[in-house]
Amino acid sequence: MVERHRPQIFRFLLSSTREVDLAETLTQECFLKAYRNWASFRGESSAMTWLMRIAINLQKDHWRNRRMQFWKTTRTNSVDMDEASEWLPSGESSVEQQLLARERVKQVWHSVEGLSERQRTVFLLRYVEEQELSEIAAATGLSEGTVKAHLSRAVARVRLELGGKR
Amino acid sequence: MREVDAEGVDIEAVLKDFRNSIHAWSDATLSRPRMVKAGFPRRNWRLATAWALGCILATGAMTGGVLERHHRQELARIAVEQKAAADRKQLEEQQARATVSDEVLLAGVDSDVSRDVPSAMEPLAQLMADDGTK
Repeated sequence: MVERHRPQIFRFLLSSTREVDLAETLTQECFLKAYRNWASFRGESSAMTWLMRIAINLQKDHWRNRRMQFWKTTRTNSVDMDEASEWLPSGESSVEQQLLARERVKQVWHSVEGLSERQRTVFLLRYVEEQELSEIAAATGLSEGTVKAHLSRAVARVRLELGGKR
Repeated sequence: MREVDAEGVDIEAVLKDFRNSIHAWSDATLSRPRMVKAGFPRRNWRLATAWALGCILATGAMTGGVLERHHRQELARIAVEQKAAADRKQLEEQQARATVSDEVLLAGVDSDVSRDVPSAMEPLAQLMADDGTK
């Protein structure tokens, strides 16, 4: 199970936190928690959905704890938006197109950073993990209508960012 | 049909690039060789340093407070002693002045008494004054 689902869980946590070390730590915690609570898994949803729910709660707890810290440590291991947007497969496009694409990806990162926690989670599950609305609803514990509303607001924000910085 | 907004940005293409970039980043991170950190983790060093500094500051503040309190108590004690000494001195001066004035008064009284002679003894007093003998 770990081998099968680890890449997706790690990817979600990496995109949520933008910190490689933190994403690795949270991924380990996620599987540890799943192992300990395996007895409580009733199979009502898929194992992936169940794991994703644990991962969402872990990153939520992390941000909450970070906000509560007396002194906020600087994100020494975090990757800035420039670096995150560098990971774009070159494909067959020209250099100019690649630069433009990187700039757009950077803008998306920027707008994602400005989203609320829920909007960000829903947005990343939909557009990075390509999950269906029903899967997102199951993983987040929200209704499909709420997921749709969060997604709509998130996309509107991304659209605004992309439109405004042209 | 692809969704293109009023500014001509192909949202779907941008989101696809965004997705691909995260996938590439994640895959590259997962496939890289792992470095195992040996020894005391850096974060723990920071925490230990922060604790040590905190303890030093707290101890310094407490010591400073105690010293300041002691210093103030000493100053207050000296002030009380000085005031008591000043009061004592003032009292002694007043007593000395009072003693002197009493002596002067008594001397004056003696002198007056010695010169005051009843009218019946006046002729005798005059005789004593003239030749100094009885």
